[in-house]
Amino acid sequence: MDGSIMVSIYIFVLAIFVGFEVITKVPPLLHTPLMSGSNAISGITIVGALIAAGAGHSGLSTTLGMLAVICATINVVGGFMVTDRMLEMFKPAKKDEKSGTKQS
Amino acid sequence: MSALTNVVYLLAAALFIFGLKLLSHPRTARRGNLLAMIGMLLAITMTLLDKQILDFTFIIAGLVIGAAIGAYAAKTVQMTAMPQMVALFNGFGGAASALVAYAEYLQLTSDPSLDVTITMVLSVLIGTVTWWGSLVAFMKLQGIMRGAPIVFPLHQFWNILMLIAVVVLGVLFTMNVSQQSYLLAIVGVATILGFMLVIPIGGADMPVVISLLNSYSGLAAAMTGFVLSNNVLIISGALVGASGLILTNIMCKAMNRSLANVLFGAVGTDGGGGPVGDKKSVTEYSIEDAAMVLESAQSVIIVPGYGLAVAQAQHVLQELASLLQQNGATVRYAIHPVAGRMPGHMNVLLAEANVPYDMLYEMDQINEDFKNTDLALVIGANDVINPAARTQKDSPLFGMPILNVDQAKSIMIIKRSLSPGFAGVDNELFYDPKTMMVFGDAKKVLTELLQELKG
Repeated sequence: MDGSIMVSIYIFVLAIFVGFEVITKVPPLLHTPLMSGSNAISGITIVGALIAAGAGHSGLSTTLGMLAVICATINVVGGFMVTDRMLEMFKPAKKDEKSGTKQS
Repeated sequence: MSALTNVVYLLAAALFIFGLKLLSHPRTARRGNLLAMIGMLLAITMTLLDKQILDFTFIIAGLVIGAAIGAYAAKTVQMTAMPQMVALFNGFGGAASALVAYAEYLQLTSDPSLDVTITMVLSVLIGTVTWWGSLVAFMKLQGIMRGAPIVFPLHQFWNILMLIAVVVLGVLFTMNVSQQSYLLAIVGVATILGFMLVIPIGGADMPVVISLLNSYSGLAAAMTGFVLSNNVLIISGALVGASGLILTNIMCKAMNRSLANVLFGAVGTDGGGGPVGDKKSVTEYSIEDAAMVLESAQSVIIVPGYGLAVAQAQHVLQELASLLQQNGATVRYAIHPVAGRMPGHMNVLLAEANVPYDMLYEMDQINEDFKNTDLALVIGANDVINPAARTQKDSPLFGMPILNVDQAKSIMIIKRSLSPGFAGVDNELFYDPKTMMVFGDAKKVLTELLQELKG
């Protein structure tokens, strides 16, 4: 094991802690968009897929790479779009009419 | 990888974290999602500009096909079908990670170091399990496959055997990386494992499974990150892995079950248990009487369950709720964590029906208020309000946190019949003297109530 893998493990572990800190603050109200949104983020594997599909290697690895690009793109595009569609629906109560607009 | 590429990847990772942070409030959440989207776009663009890519034909084809499918699915999916949609997207993420790791194996020019081999095996394994497991979850939720647990003889024995087989194959592969057949065999066993792990899980337990698969897809991405020594994959994968684990834990707690019990207990039925044997008396109310009760209530807490969404009655319910509000009553919604088929599902369904999010209250926020409330209006919920969870030690529900509906001054329950819920347990609340039962389809009853109140 050389130094670089240890650095990677450090990053992995620290990122898990960051994840716990950030995500415990998301209210249950938004847990479904959280799930679809974080799901789209896990589609970051598309970065690897692009390289695999475009590196100009053997036929099979390029085919697998292209399949990976398709899967990851479905994950990324679908995930972000559906999350946006859901979040758009969450609206606060309209406090207008007689009492006048009141921004919280 | 150039220094610039690395800097842009770091920026993308930062945008992901910041985007997730903005999800902590409904006002900023949409901006958060947008930031994460920009991060993803940056990472993709930078990768395309990097010199590692020589041939763009397959990339463009893949991007176009994937984007078309993803966009179409995202635009057309019904909000009630969100759990299976998320499960499917999860599956695609897992599959992509496994495919990338496998393609990377095929492109090896020299023997990789031990850590690359190990994470390669893990990425292929977790990614494949995520794909097939998510596919089964999708089929179950979509109704293509029976929702009830499907258990084979010696189910756990075979699972353990397959786990051992994967470990053995993994060790053999690490010792002799040129043997592709080992890696192929791992794909095969992982396929069966993915099926076997999800197939025994009942419909009501699906929120846990989807959360867990969410976590797996993140872990698969992180493992692929180790294979490619790409830190943005490691960071993002870790974030998603953590997120999935948190949600899994919340769901398990809300059902008072251990993860092991959910995964291996094979609890649940297709929905609705058998009829109730003994005949205790219930107080049945007509639409007219129920409307009068609603009219006189000064404070109302609505308790929606999944039955509400099945009956597609969210919109009528919200119309009724705003009418009551106009009449001067305080109306709030109490949302149990498992009131839906995935974490937070009920909130999305109600938001779609134009319920403002400040009317939606979590269980812990509102449970103390039931005792000061005139009327608890329960629609399509059952197990989450069953007092047996507090009192009856032998009940399968015992220990599950419930909404304190029984403490309200009066209770109105709209329900098709007296049949028990998923857990198959009779609900003593139906026979409580202060409970008014209104029998019928949720949408029909609510529509009639609305007309009665307007008239």
